[in-house]
Amino acid sequence: MSALGNIIKKELKELLTLSTIIPVIIIALIFGTIGSSMEGIQEGFQEEPILGYINEDDNNLSRIATSYIENNSDVVFLSSDIADKQYGLEEIKQKEGLALIVIKENFSREILNDSRGEIEVYWIMKGAGIFDSISSEVVERIIGSLNSEISKFLIENNTTVNASIALWPTSRLDTTYFKDRVIELSPGTIAGMLSTQSTFIPIVIMMLIIFSGQMIISSMAMEKENKTLETLLTLPVKRTSIVTGKIAASASIGLLFAVIYMIGMSNYFQGFQMSGMLNLADYDLILTSQDFILVGISLFITLIAALALCMLLGTFAKNYKSAQTLVFPVTMLAMIPMFITMFVDFDTLPLAIKGFLFAIPFSHPMMAPRALIFNDYLLVIGGIIYVSLFAFVMIILVVWVFKTDRLLTGSVKRNRFSIFKKRK
Amino acid sequence: MISVEVKNLVKNYGSTEAVKGVSFTVNSGEIFGLIGPNGAGKTTALRVVSTLLQITSGSVNILGIDLRKKPDEIRKLISYLPEDAGAYKNLTGRAYLRFIANFFEKNTQEIVSLGIEIANLGDKIDDKVDTYSKGMKRRLLVGRALMINPKLAILDEPTSGLDVISAQEIRKIIKNTAMRGTAVLLSSHNMLEVEYLCDRIALIAEGKIVEEGKPKFLMDKYSANNIEEVFVQVVK
Repeated sequence: MSALGNIIKKELKELLTLSTIIPVIIIALIFGTIGSSMEGIQEGFQEEPILGYINEDDNNLSRIATSYIENNSDVVFLSSDIADKQYGLEEIKQKEGLALIVIKENFSREILNDSRGEIEVYWIMKGAGIFDSISSEVVERIIGSLNSEISKFLIENNTTVNASIALWPTSRLDTTYFKDRVIELSPGTIAGMLSTQSTFIPIVIMMLIIFSGQMIISSMAMEKENKTLETLLTLPVKRTSIVTGKIAASASIGLLFAVIYMIGMSNYFQGFQMSGMLNLADYDLILTSQDFILVGISLFITLIAALALCMLLGTFAKNYKSAQTLVFPVTMLAMIPMFITMFVDFDTLPLAIKGFLFAIPFSHPMMAPRALIFNDYLLVIGGIIYVSLFAFVMIILVVWVFKTDRLLTGSVKRNRFSIFKKRK
Repeated sequence: MISVEVKNLVKNYGSTEAVKGVSFTVNSGEIFGLIGPNGAGKTTALRVVSTLLQITSGSVNILGIDLRKKPDEIRKLISYLPEDAGAYKNLTGRAYLRFIANFFEKNTQEIVSLGIEIANLGDKIDDKVDTYSKGMKRRLLVGRALMINPKLAILDEPTSGLDVISAQEIRKIIKNTAMRGTAVLLSSHNMLEVEYLCDRIALIAEGKIVEEGKPKFLMDKYSANNIEEVFVQVVK
């Protein structure tokens, strides 16, 4: 074999191990899954939305609206009396519909009298994730097209309405029912306002967990690589003190990060609360100071859990290089809830995925802010209790490993995972 | 007075028997050497005595304390210097010694002063460990191991990586430490070192002690000129 070939073979042998290949495969699978989900959503985008429709105006312009809605959606509730609104909403909720569209009594007359005809839309919003708000876009499109159809009719029939009304003859009044809350905004606007919870928070928390986790795994690996661990273990210090000391130090740094994060997040929220025409406080879509404390507790407990889990993984690290590989499971456990909470609301998930998401300890601070805005204290406090138990069990396991030979001998069988095993 | 009493010590790693029923004693003020080829079980035996590894069977008593029952108590009495030990790279030599001294319920300043004296690194004691040569690091670690005046010093290849002069200094320090009453249990590949340092030695092969006695006694027994010849004859 040539010298070059010999070097290439050696490098491949060192670099191409199962522990380096598995992360790549899993990341490919995650992206594949996201791709499939996107495909599913696009299909949903083309499906006719389930709607309810009340038309109190029996005139030519409202008939255009009726005809358009009936042709482009699956109308599961139809009425001509606004008194049926509540019943209609229940019916739509039951059939997993999206909205109840109401054409008021004077709709046609108002338009012909140079006023915009009012369309009331009562939305049933299920979640505030990125994917959740896509379905309402279909209804928005129908209402937009309906507006164009009426406009076309007015222009084609040379009506005497003024130009601006002819070009945009309708106005909309949105009311959204979301998590026992009635908000006079459209789901798209609400989702936009809550986008900080959907995107910003999960990403920051994911980074925080990975960074802190990497810190403690590397610390364990460095103790082994620098051969300081053996000395430490023969000193008159209890194993629990070593474990607690390492976790406490990393947690202090983590807490510092959490405080910085909370201050940043608080300022970020305040900035958005008063942004543009909308004030989140007017819609009661803000976190109170108690809520911020709960988010902080959730974040801190999760950090402790993450650090304890990472320390457990760190006990298997042989050196700094292997520590980088061991961070991978933690990265996955932080990325999965990040993607789920970014795209979908916890409440809209199937029960099995809800359970899966709840079981991942890192999900909880990601879900906490949105849950607290909608007063879902059970989810947040339940999450804090669960994560505390998880952290406690992890710490017990780490102390147990520190009391066994595994800490010093655990990496002996590492080469079993090498793809290029030595030939016997 | 017996400081260390090891009886029928067995240590298994899974199905591999690393130490197969080893017994020996070390008296206070005595230097006892474990000598054997690579993989004989020396380091495993030292690691068990230093509380790092759990005992599979047998017993280890240090100053009458059962290691299996009270490892935390044992750690107050011993000091272990692993063969390839390291120190925290971001600390200075002095800060490292202080860090270790803080674990002991004694006068920290006195301990650190003794450590600095043993390490004999001059002004370099205030430099970061990261800048030390292998020999300097080893001297710092020997200083660390002996500065607390332990009841038992467990030294695995104490002069490994040191130049001749430094090695000689360390040997003198070990001798002086033993003279102050510390029991020393060491392993070494350097037969001259063993002959010079040890009051008694045990030759270990394949996890078993195959010969034990004073160096002079063993040399006479095997009609050998030095311990190296004894070692070769016994291990063969």
